[in-house]
Amino acid sequence: MSEDIAPRFLPAGESALVVEYGRAIDPTIHDHVLALDAAIAAAPINGIIETVPTYRSLMIHFDPRATTPEALIEMLGGLDVTPQRDAGKARRWRIPVCYDPALAEDLAEVSSALHLSRERIAALHADALYRVYMYGFAPGFTFLGGLPDELAISRRATPRPPAPEGALLIAGGQALITTFAMPTGWYVIGQTPVRMFDSARAQAFFADVGDAVRFERIDLATFESLRRDAAAGALIAHEEV
Amino acid sequence: MAAHLKVIRAGPGTTIQDSGRFHWQRFGVTPSGPMDWAAFRTVNQVLGNAQDAGTIEISIGGFEAETEVPLDLAFGGGGFLWTRDGKALSSAMRITLRPGERLAGKPGSRGAWAYLSVKGGFDTPIEMGSRSTHLRSGIGGRMIQAGDNLPVFPQSGAAGRDARVEAPWLDRDARPIRMLLGPQDDYFTADAHTLLFSEAFTLMASADRMAYRLNGPKIEHALGFNIVSDGIALGAIQIGGDGQPLVLMADHQPTGGYPKIGSVIKADIGRLAQMRPGETCRFALCSMAEARAALFTLEDKIAAVTTRAAAAGFSSEILRTLNLIDGVVDTRPDPLDQ
Repeated sequence: MSEDIAPRFLPAGESALVVEYGRAIDPTIHDHVLALDAAIAAAPINGIIETVPTYRSLMIHFDPRATTPEALIEMLGGLDVTPQRDAGKARRWRIPVCYDPALAEDLAEVSSALHLSRERIAALHADALYRVYMYGFAPGFTFLGGLPDELAISRRATPRPPAPEGALLIAGGQALITTFAMPTGWYVIGQTPVRMFDSARAQAFFADVGDAVRFERIDLATFESLRRDAAAGALIAHEEV
Repeated sequence: MAAHLKVIRAGPGTTIQDSGRFHWQRFGVTPSGPMDWAAFRTVNQVLGNAQDAGTIEISIGGFEAETEVPLDLAFGGGGFLWTRDGKALSSAMRITLRPGERLAGKPGSRGAWAYLSVKGGFDTPIEMGSRSTHLRSGIGGRMIQAGDNLPVFPQSGAAGRDARVEAPWLDRDARPIRMLLGPQDDYFTADAHTLLFSEAFTLMASADRMAYRLNGPKIEHALGFNIVSDGIALGAIQIGGDGQPLVLMADHQPTGGYPKIGSVIKADIGRLAQMRPGETCRFALCSMAEARAALFTLEDKIAAVTTRAAAAGFSSEILRTLNLIDGVVDTRPDPLDQ
């Protein structure tokens, strides 16, 4: 059980409230965000429309006709938000990834910047245990915490051309899985055939914020095969039990 | 046969919007919804529609349409100039469009977004709980194009009378845009706060449904401009590394990593949305109590919106003149309106 952190309540207009547990990327801070999110889901509060967990805070969108920031803060103060990771509903996902040079355009650049071999970078990235900290930027853009310190690399000063769907990106000590091609200041070191978001699938999103993610290395032929399966609607990612 | 509105012409960026796509922001899904919710809600209110009816949001590129069956519809917002078969209509009206007639809306001297709804709303597909189109992700479909036949929910008999919508809140209003501070107002210098409320800001050409970038005096950060990402709400005023305000609009991303000095209040976000690049605005600080009161007052006015019967072939300006002179025109609320 983590140490309790007292939140700050910050206004974000007349229809949203930020409950902030810290200003850093930190598992303990995130545990508090998840605990509050779970507590609200378990005992819905009048007027709350939806909640958005991020690295360090929970944004609560509410109907100003139904409640006020003051009333919400009072209600939230009555919730038990002691982080209890063991009792949580965090699931573990295994996601296939491929570091073949054809799918890892920036691996050589990262290799020379960090003085690590390409194989070492792939091994470090593939063997880490990640947590889904947040979705952001676009549907299914998955921000992961847990990248090994050896892979800490600053963001590029100017964006590179669009990284493809399913790209595995690193920068600023974080890892990210993309869902749409977009220009980015991050580095592309591999690709997954998994679609973190597919609106045509029964489960448009499968991993919740707080879930754990492990990577499983596959070769290029397997990648191509799985990508076809994913295009046909298969999930590809597996839940570990 | 289901009724349709046949699109003859649609400017780029014209889409279907309802009140927005909620409950998916935690997965990175943009809420979308109308840029000017007050105009959106007004045209639906005069038709007796639900507040989340599928509605056409018309960009500054304008719009033209026809129908094969009589359709009750309403339009308004952004001071657009509307015509039926080339004859001028008022900027906000409820009319019955008949087969063979062509309705056209184009921007006037001000404004950026107009709304066109049909009685019952447009029956376009619902995706993830909403009909709203988010162009960047493709959720909710694509832009409306010439040749589209937009499905309409069945209507029970056309009302047949044209009526002008009495909605002064859709008129030009150059008062400052009111805002609330937070969540990161403490990331900025005292000078930054002073400048934000004393200087004018000009809307940049890059303005779109996602964000309105403004240009003005540099708003200095006291604690740097990179923060660990947190949530973004509609109207958030984000200050990036260049010290310029970026107001997050209907298609805002749900999270972001720049400090947000404050938020444009909901009662004024539509007025900001209706600005055109090159136009200027000022910001005024307000309290939470004022923001809530302004929102509720505007919502109540919209809920009580009335229309005034209009005779065919006359522009509203002529009718207003007639009314002033001899009271010929019925100024009572139309009993058909809810």
